[in-house]
Amino acid sequence: MRFSLSINGRIHHVDEDGQTPLLWVLRDTLKLTGTKYGCGVAQCGACTVHVDGQPMRSCSLALEAVSSAQIVTIEAVDGAETKAIQDAWVARDVPQCGFCQSGQVMSAVALLRAIPAPTDDDIDIAMSGNICRCATYNRIRAAIHDAAGRLGSGQS
Amino acid sequence: MRWRRSSGQSQRRRFGCLPILALVVVAIVLALAILLRPQPLPQAQSLPANHLRTEVVQLRPVAAFASIANPQARSIALFEEAGRVIQHPRCMNCHPRTDRPTQTDAMRPHMPWVTRGTDDAGAQTLRCATCHHDANFAASGVPGNPKWRLAPIEMAWQGKTLGQICRQILDPPRAHMNREQLLHHMTEDELVGWAWHPGGQRTPAPGTQAEFGALIKAWLDTGGKCPA
Ligand code: FES
Ligand code: FES
Repeated sequence: MRFSLSINGRIHHVDEDGQTPLLWVLRDTLKLTGTKYGCGVAQCGACTVHVDGQPMRSCSLALEAVSSAQIVTIEAVDGAETKAIQDAWVARDVPQCGFCQSGQVMSAVALLRAIPAPTDDDIDIAMSGNICRCATYNRIRAAIHDAAGRLGSGQS
Repeated sequence: MRWRRSSGQSQRRRFGCLPILALVVVAIVLALAILLRPQPLPQAQSLPANHLRTEVVQLRPVAAFASIANPQARSIALFEEAGRVIQHPRCMNCHPRTDRPTQTDAMRPHMPWVTRGTDDAGAQTLRCATCHHDANFAASGVPGNPKWRLAPIEMAWQGKTLGQICRQILDPPRAHMNREQLLHHMTEDELVGWAWHPGGQRTPAPGTQAEFGALIKAWLDTGGKCPA
């Protein structure tokens, strides 16, 4: 079946089964491979994208459920929070292997948009669905605090 | 003086290519014989228990309780039968006594580590809808329903006896509903109904929602008595 998807501000036409996970469409059909396949069963967060501004696991989202939604992936996420997160990630050298990081960044950006100055607890709650096999959790947390600080002081 | 090879005595012995060819042929024949030797076929094995489709568990119908003459005892017996649904993991997992749901038939803590948030549908930054949508999703195995959320903390069932749960659901401040609404919730609510259509390898609640609703109705009609 044909679906029209709004991804990163562009309309894409795809011809796939409506039950295909969005992640498959992003990676295999549209070659937007920044979004990663980690587990496929909503356990790791590597496939996180924004759907109408909300972080969602694209491996657990049917294509037919998002045909009228605004989807943003790691390739195009932007704005002040994204810039702050990106700078903090670079400054803190957050990634190790990097595999989980596009999902981490998508969740962290959504967190800062919802809670501009998150506490450690807020970070734990928001980020607990994003697993990092390299265990960069401490740096992720520190970088989110840095990014929030920069946003708060208007530096970003 | 020029060095010269001495007589034919010390010359290396030379092999013709026939013996080498013969050796290669023997090696190939041997390898084929080993590979193609008759072997027993692998035996079919039964699936491990957690991959077996669970058989449907029935509920006893209301009529089966007609023989209990004492209305109070009948009411309690009806509720105990309905309790097989109420205390089933499909129901209990979303009636936790903490801010976190449990999952699977073993009722282990939910993975990932989620919290109920202010509206029981997840924290502001990690909503249930991050993964759970309007329907069970076969590709990821994640269950779904349009009303997917936890029961409010006042409706916690985990860690309670069936008698305590009974008194709780009859107590409007804790049940958030009167008897009429309770009956409707049990018999019609689509999120409650999910327990009989949980998708994936999940064990459904016993019986059907209609049979469960009939038990609840008969229990309320007989005075809504609670086990001790
Ligand atoms: S790939 Fe979607 S959560 Fe792991
Ligand atoms: S950086 Fe390697 S998995 Fe997170």
